[in-house]
Amino acid sequence: MKKAAKIRLLSDAKILIPAAGAAFAKLDPRHQIKNPVMFVVEVGSLMTTALWVEAALGHGEMRSGFILAVSLWLWFTVIFANFAEAVAEGRGKAQAATLRQARKETPAKLLAQGRRGETPAAVPASRLRKGDVVLVEAGDVIPMDGTVIEGVASVNEAAITGESAPVIRESGGDRSAVTGGTTVLSDWIVVRVTANPGDTFLDHMIDMVEGAKRQKTPNEIALSILLAGMTIVFLLATATLLPFSLYSVSQVGRGSPVTVTVLIALLVCLIPTTIGGLLAAIGIAGMDRLIQANVIAMSGRAVEAAGDVDVLLLDKTGTITLGNRQAVSFLPAEGVSREVLADAAQLASLSDETPEGRSIVVLAKERYGLRHRNVHELGASFVPFTAQTRMSGVDLHDGRQIRKGAADAVEAYVKGQGGTFPVEVRAVVERISKEGGTPLAVADRGKVLGVVHLKDIVKGGIRERFAELRRMGIKTVMITGDNPMTAAAIAAEAGVDDFLAEATPEAKLRLIRDIQKEGRLVAMAGDGTNDAPALAQADVAVAMNQGTQAAKEAGNMVDLDSNPTKLIEIVEIGKQLLITRGALTTFSVANDVSKYFAIIPAAFATTYPALKALNIMHLATPESAILSAVIFNALIIVVLLPLALRGVKYRAVPASRLLRDHVLIYGLGGVVAPFVGIKLIDMMLVACHLA
Amino acid sequence: MNANNLLQGAIYIAVFLACVKPLGAYMAEIYEGRVPRPVRWLLPLERGLYRLCGVDPAEEMSWQNYAVAKLLFNAAGLFALYALQRLQHLLPLNPMKMAAVSPDSSFNTAVSFATNTNWQGYGGETTMSYLTQMLGLTVQNFVSAAGGMAVMAALIRGFVRRQSATVGNFWTDMIRGVVYILLPLSAVLAVILVSQGVVQTLKPYAAASVIEIAQDSRGKPMAGQTIALGPAASQISIKQLGTNGGGFFNANSAHPFENPTPLSNFLEMESLVLIAAALCFTFGKMVGDVRQGWALLAAMTLIFVPMLWLCVASEQKGNPAFDALGVDQRPTIEQPGGNMEGKETRLGIASSAIWATATTSVSNGSVNSMHDSFTPLGGLVPMALMQLSEVVYGGVGSGLYGMLLYAVVAVFLAGLMVGRTPEYLGKKIESFEMKMASIGILVSPACALLGTAVAVACAAGRAGVSNPGPHGFSEILYAFSSGANNNGSAFAGLNANTPFYNVTIGLAMFFGRYWIAVPVLAMAGSLARKKFVPESSGTLPTHTPLFIVFLVGIVVMVGALTFFPALALGPIAEHLLMIGKGA
Repeated sequence: MKKAAKIRLLSDAKILIPAAGAAFAKLDPRHQIKNPVMFVVEVGSLMTTALWVEAALGHGEMRSGFILAVSLWLWFTVIFANFAEAVAEGRGKAQAATLRQARKETPAKLLAQGRRGETPAAVPASRLRKGDVVLVEAGDVIPMDGTVIEGVASVNEAAITGESAPVIRESGGDRSAVTGGTTVLSDWIVVRVTANPGDTFLDHMIDMVEGAKRQKTPNEIALSILLAGMTIVFLLATATLLPFSLYSVSQVGRGSPVTVTVLIALLVCLIPTTIGGLLAAIGIAGMDRLIQANVIAMSGRAVEAAGDVDVLLLDKTGTITLGNRQAVSFLPAEGVSREVLADAAQLASLSDETPEGRSIVVLAKERYGLRHRNVHELGASFVPFTAQTRMSGVDLHDGRQIRKGAADAVEAYVKGQGGTFPVEVRAVVERISKEGGTPLAVADRGKVLGVVHLKDIVKGGIRERFAELRRMGIKTVMITGDNPMTAAAIAAEAGVDDFLAEATPEAKLRLIRDIQKEGRLVAMAGDGTNDAPALAQADVAVAMNQGTQAAKEAGNMVDLDSNPTKLIEIVEIGKQLLITRGALTTFSVANDVSKYFAIIPAAFATTYPALKALNIMHLATPESAILSAVIFNALIIVVLLPLALRGVKYRAVPASRLLRDHVLIYGLGGVVAPFVGIKLIDMMLVACHLA
Repeated sequence: MNANNLLQGAIYIAVFLACVKPLGAYMAEIYEGRVPRPVRWLLPLERGLYRLCGVDPAEEMSWQNYAVAKLLFNAAGLFALYALQRLQHLLPLNPMKMAAVSPDSSFNTAVSFATNTNWQGYGGETTMSYLTQMLGLTVQNFVSAAGGMAVMAALIRGFVRRQSATVGNFWTDMIRGVVYILLPLSAVLAVILVSQGVVQTLKPYAAASVIEIAQDSRGKPMAGQTIALGPAASQISIKQLGTNGGGFFNANSAHPFENPTPLSNFLEMESLVLIAAALCFTFGKMVGDVRQGWALLAAMTLIFVPMLWLCVASEQKGNPAFDALGVDQRPTIEQPGGNMEGKETRLGIASSAIWATATTSVSNGSVNSMHDSFTPLGGLVPMALMQLSEVVYGGVGSGLYGMLLYAVVAVFLAGLMVGRTPEYLGKKIESFEMKMASIGILVSPACALLGTAVAVACAAGRAGVSNPGPHGFSEILYAFSSGANNNGSAFAGLNANTPFYNVTIGLAMFFGRYWIAVPVLAMAGSLARKKFVPESSGTLPTHTPLFIVFLVGIVVMVGALTFFPALALGPIAEHLLMIGKGA
């Protein structure tokens, strides 16, 4: 995937050459009819071709060379639109080919009784069904999506995620899901199959990147209806011009009626071919951008919904804060120096491999220059953390017994040793709790040495991201298992709008339902099985690829990088998709103004020479005017293709400013640009003696 | 543009805008089911009508039932009006012994009045009995207007209601609209008009002897003159207020018995736009955000003002060909100057041109001058205003719901450009809404263009044209634009009382009304069923100047792009010929 991502759509021959071929293949009317706007252009192309044949045989309504030129450029219009779609599909096609290699027939070791001990039977992966149990050993390719029910193994998931570092998959817990097509590197696992052939994650992924089962999304359908409506209006406006023109000629007794060729040219110029030709490409490119971000969407609907999200639910750990708490300061008890406390705390943590323990060692080293000492050299014995004592520590030769742990546990320990827990230390403990930190009391036998302040570290830059989201009109809610006091402190530090403390799966689900009842759309990321109900309820649900099968099935997107912060990127991609559609539609319609000024005087000048006054661009001849408009109309599709593929850049500014900028660029720009373009083309036609 | 014209235009606009808030708020009360204190005394009438019609006012209707009720009601009115015209020679209150109206003309008039178009192929004082005028035409003036307002009320409820299967009760909307809004206003206006000299009598026409014996068209001397009378004031007041426009007399409000004084002219002009403009405020009030209503009103006014200016300025400028002949077209103390052909000298340029612009921007269609005689650009203004689908104020109710269709399209495009699937007033705009909006916007241009195409292609259609060249084409285009958009005004040059025009324009009026009203009701039903999406800073605001300009852009673009080629062959070509660009 990562490698494929480097393909540049518009400069890679591997994409452009097949796309050029596909552009012609897509001329098949059965394909073209799906896009009513371009279908009308194709019918127009066929009609002008017929008119040219007629003219070539000497019965033409106009000069055959002119009809041929119009006809050719109408064909180009259709082909350019098809080419746009084909280019957008190109990268997906290339990626799908890579993914298919991972899906090739693999032998599976079926455990008929579902037990590890039995002799496995070799069957092809395609024969496996949901519920079958297979054994996968080192070097084997996992044959099908499933859940690990026994064992632990390191798995290379590069085929799916593009990430070559192996990951651990084990039974139970949140790391139990395995994906068909990935490879076990070491050890073995027993897997219960959770998908039937053709319905696996890899299959979905191939469908998605290839766009094979691409269905129009609701918003795309709504836009298509609008475009079809416009096409009908313009069809009427141009078709009725024929009787109007015949009547005018008969009344004035001068000139000749407008020709069918000119009417078709006018029709094609007026109907929204720019957006009609690029609409499919915009949709495919939007999905493609998501795939570039290593997110697999299970439906296009979810991508659109992402643009509408009002509320983001974000897990605290891993998303808002770094995974673990870290020691930030030593607060000694009365009569104890900081160095003594730091020294004791470091000693007690030397053998503590938890991130919290390591952070204490590091802090003591950084602040007080205390070196890392070897526990064995000190002849110390490590006292590990247990659920009963809720403390860990170290016993030293010199008789010191250092313990660190939750304040109430340490208090019980100190009192058991005949000591007391000083009031001012209790005050410190309470203050730290109130600030959202975790106090860790340190004691030596009966003497309390002080408190280590452990703190959640908010990720760098996250506050700015949340501010940006707020400007986009999106509310952020932090979800955490912490108590409300801790949660409030972190929420304030990270700049989220709201938080849900002591969150249970039920509370999460209820929160989502409450928000949705207000009519808002909710997005969330999750990985655990207990996230599954909430994921299923959320409108945009991003499951982490490293999560459980249940989570992946409940979500409508899977993030292959398992990075919950990516929700923000997904929202932006959704918005960008909608903006690109709106901008190009506006541009397309705005273009029509200039085309009238080019074609109307040219079409009716023989009847009413006075209408030449409308030729404000001073186009050379009626023929060059019509041809320039048609050529501009075809070329603009190609010119705007990079924009359609890249998407209009989204900026986190209020909606009113966004609208103002886009109306100016695509509305006003859309009115002005073709005046310049058509004039330039006309000048070139004149320069080449084609007009 | 001289100071007189500017002043008249400014006063005209200022007066009706000043009435928007009080009247709009009052109408919101009515459609929300309340009865304000000053009109409590009408309550027995409302209740009596419910009992008489067997209506349960508490019953709620789905959009389908609402639409069926409306269609059945209009069908019944249409048949009744047709029968009245066909049988009027057998019925009482026919002092002038009017004969039965021809089948095609009866059909045309019945459709015309039931659809709030009030296109008149006939001449009132030479065709209709008093009974037909009163029981047929005046009644339809009331109910067609109330029907349009009812559809609009249903659409507003679609925006207001949340997850509701119903959009209101057609019968109560109808009855309340007539009883509390149209009846009181038109009664007051009728009395004032009578005070100005508008006739209101059931007596037969008066015979007058003349001082100067004139000759009729066959050269026979005419010894006397018949002066047409009738119950005119009661019909004229609702014709103006209900955006109907069908005159009691053939000359409509150019007739001295319909519009005798400057004051009557001013009041008739103000009253034709009054309700249509005030409904914008009603809308804002009912959706709970008056800014939304002001925004729509502002969008309409932004189109109206330049058009008004163009019309008045073109008429004041007159015809350059006359300058070459040495005709003085400048305004002086003795003459209004400009193009006075087809205008009442007592009304002058400004009052005629303001009326022409107002009556076509509002789907009224009454006239106090002959639009056929306007300069090409002056005549283009009324035609273009109709071709904008009558949404610049528009018909009572129909103008606003037409504008809301455009607002839905504008919101759709603008919404996409800010990166959200579009929503308007908290309701998501999805493919069903787009389908209905597209149909609603498509229908009237389609009827206008296809009707014109058929007419210019048929001998029967070409036969009605009295002017050659682009002007003749304009006459036909104007007639179908007027019918399809339910305006009803005419470029007088076209002889439209023929079976061909009676039938084709009749069909254009019919489709132009119901193929918009039914999609609007369908949209109302669909919107009412939806959940409400609360506003956030990512929501597109729809009351800002930016959105107003965008909405104006959409309305103008759709209208201009649809009709520009046709207009180029009509008034634009004529104008360019007139100013001497290549003959």
